[in-house]
Formats: sequence, C-alpha cells, structure tokens
Amino acid sequence: MEVEAAERYASFADAMDLHNNREVAELFRKLARIEQLHADQLFEEDLSRRAPALPPGGLRWDGGEGPETAAPDELHYRMQPYHALQIALDCEKRANKFFSEYASKTADAKLRKAAREMAAEEAEHVRLIEDWIKRTPPPEKDWEHDPDPPFVSD
Amino acid sequence: MTAAAAAAPVTWQAFKSDYKPIWCPGCGDYSVLASVAKAFATLELRPENVAVVSGIGCSSRIPAYTSCYGFHGVHGRALAAGTGLKIARPDLTVLVAGGDGDGYSIGGNHFLHACRRNVDITYVVMDNHVYGMTKGQPSPTTEPDWDSKLSPGGTGLRTFHPLVIALAAGANFVARAFSGDPNETARILAEAIRTPGFSFVEILSPCVTFCPEQREWKSLVRPAPVAATDDPARAARRIMTDDGFNIGVLYKGVRKPYQPPVGKAAKRPADLEAGFAI
Repeated sequence: MEVEAAERYASFADAMDLHNNREVAELFRKLARIEQLHADQLFEEDLSRRAPALPPGGLRWDGGEGPETAAPDELHYRMQPYHALQIALDCEKRANKFFSEYASKTADAKLRKAAREMAAEEAEHVRLIEDWIKRTPPPEKDWEHDPDPPFVSD
Repeated sequence: MTAAAAAAPVTWQAFKSDYKPIWCPGCGDYSVLASVAKAFATLELRPENVAVVSGIGCSSRIPAYTSCYGFHGVHGRALAAGTGLKIARPDLTVLVAGGDGDGYSIGGNHFLHACRRNVDITYVVMDNHVYGMTKGQPSPTTEPDWDSKLSPGGTGLRTFHPLVIALAAGANFVARAFSGDPNETARILAEAIRTPGFSFVEILSPCVTFCPEQREWKSLVRPAPVAATDDPARAARRIMTDDGFNIGVLYKGVRKPYQPPVGKAAKRPADLEAGFAI
C-alpha cells in the first residue's frame, strides 16, 4: 500500500514537472519520499516484529488500488500546493479508516493489534498533513484560469 | 549480461523507459502505461522479447515510454505494422496500442481485418471519445449530443460500437477495462496477452482536458455481472444491452490463431529491386 502510494505521488510529480508546475511537483516528490520512507520503515524495522500471518488471499479493500493511493485523475495542470495537500489528506484519511475498520472487524488478535498500530500511524499522518495545510496559502480565486487554454477554436 | 541477471524476473518499473510522458496531468493514459508494464511483469516477459506498436495520437506515444522494442507508426496503421511484425517474428509478444480516432476511424478497416485474421497479438485502445492531440474533435465513439466548440450541438451521429464489431469480425478475446483501476486493467491485459489469437481490450481512459466530464466514469464503471462466455452471439447480446461501463473479460473464444510458416525469404532485396528496374 505504501509503495503504491509513493509510486503514484512520484508519477504525479513527473507530470507536474513536465507542465512546468514546479512547486506542486516538488510537493508531490516530498510526499513520495515520505510514503517510501514509511514503507522502508515497515519493511526494515517493524514488519518482522509485528507482522502477523495475513488471512488467505491477503488484505482486501474496495476498489482496485490501495486506500492510500491517490486516484490517477485527481490532477489539474494548474493546481496549487493546497490542492496537492488535500489529495494527500484524503489518502491518509482513507488509510486510517481502512485500518480502523479492519481492526474492528478481524477476530485475529495479532491482526487487530497490527491494524490498530497502523491506524494510529495513519491518524498521525492525517494530523501532520492538516498542520501542513494550515501553513499553506489557500488557492487563488482564479487558479484554474489559463490565459492560453487548450481550447483555441474561438 | 550474466546468466543470473538474464534469468532474474523483470520488475514492472523496468518496462518503463526513462522518458517521462507528456500527457496532460490527470490523463488516464498514465495508468494504462503502468497497467501494460504490470501485465508484462506478471507474465514474466522481458523487454527484449516484447514489441509495442502504435499509430498516431496522444495514447500512441506509449512505445516511447516503455523499454521494449517500439514502433510509432503511421496514423491508423498500427495494426498493419503489428500484424506484419508478429507474422515475421512469432517469437515476440506484440502489443498494439492507440486511441479511438486512430483505431476506429482512420484505422477502422485495419481493425476489422485484424479481428478477422486472428493473428496472436493484443490490441489496446485507450478510448476517450475524442481526438485529444488535435485539440478535441469528435471521434467515432463520441456521444451524438456532445457539445463542443468544434461540434456545436453535437455531431448527431450514432457512436461506433467497437466491442460488438470486434466480435462480429472474429476477435478471439474481447474485454473492457478502466484506466482508473490500473491493477484490474493489468490483470485483464495479462489475460489478453496470454490468450492465443487476436485479443482486443478497450480501456476507458478519460481525457480530462477536452472531456472533463469523463472524470465521472469512475462512479459509473462496475465489474461485468457475469463471467466471460465463449459464445460470440451471447457476448454480443450482453455487450449491446449494457451501458458501456461493464468492466472485465466479456468474450474468450477458442479460435486457432493465424500464423503462416516463417521460412527463409523467397527473394533477396536485390531480386525484388530488379523487378522494378526500368
């Protein structure tokens, strides 16, 4: 889940770079690094200690991608950092909800404990992103306005 | 390359080239690229054994973004090139890709006959119902009432129905996928490639620039309610009566692929040239 989320942010960063939206590209790159770091931490430190045996078929979630992965169509070429952080906030909230619900449903005590730990970590991420948003200027009123838009047939 | 490196499985990321796509941010084609790469990796293919062939258009840029052999061909002629390649090099996995304008309009005739010939290739159409690269003209799959500056009030023309046409023309595998679900799309593509014969996968891939309303597709798509059938008539009835948003493998036939024997060339190029000498 974490790796998939990191890859999606990295792809978003590349797309924004190519459309010269450097500020948002840099922000997505930062988000990708954060997710990758979280994945690395899980693999290297915690997973071996706390990972319980997964149920047959692994964990399942609604939709094809992990709950922490941003939808591929959420970008706009003129989006601003505030928008990017809103995307990240939604992802962290979905991840938190997924682990919380899993913890409340599973009968396996080890799985429940691991899911609660993950839910707590995602809740912390939600708080961090919310703080980040508070420090970020809200989008300008006409942020979508493009003086040279793709439609040029008038 | 060492023997160990040659035998090591290739990650899906290794199927992507160093070129960064220049598609619009939010375009569905980014996900299709990831799905294609994931399908290749799932099948444990290697880039040197795969060729990606395309025509012209936004989605047809895809060969450059993969690390496989690639051919960015002439508008609408990707299937002709891909068919020729597979006939000459049956050892390669050939994936032909393009958009709805390239495949159904300019390349419509090639589409029919590629289905009919049933050569063992996979054809992926990233369908966004519009000519994106040339700034938003209606394509064969554009809804008749799609109002735009280039088609005020809509074209009033009924849409092309590619899946049914593919079935009628003889495609051996027909599926519909959605770019917003890259993992399921990768699974469908892997099954398409694995299935012998001509496999056709239409991928609904929103154009967020010229058809921003297609962002709603993600709330409309759903898994097809029934498993794939091997009866083309039954598949055709199902496809004709769905609303275009059922996702999954819809038809999987058992027709033997067409593959003529590959022998030594009958003539050398110089002999062929001699025939044109004045």
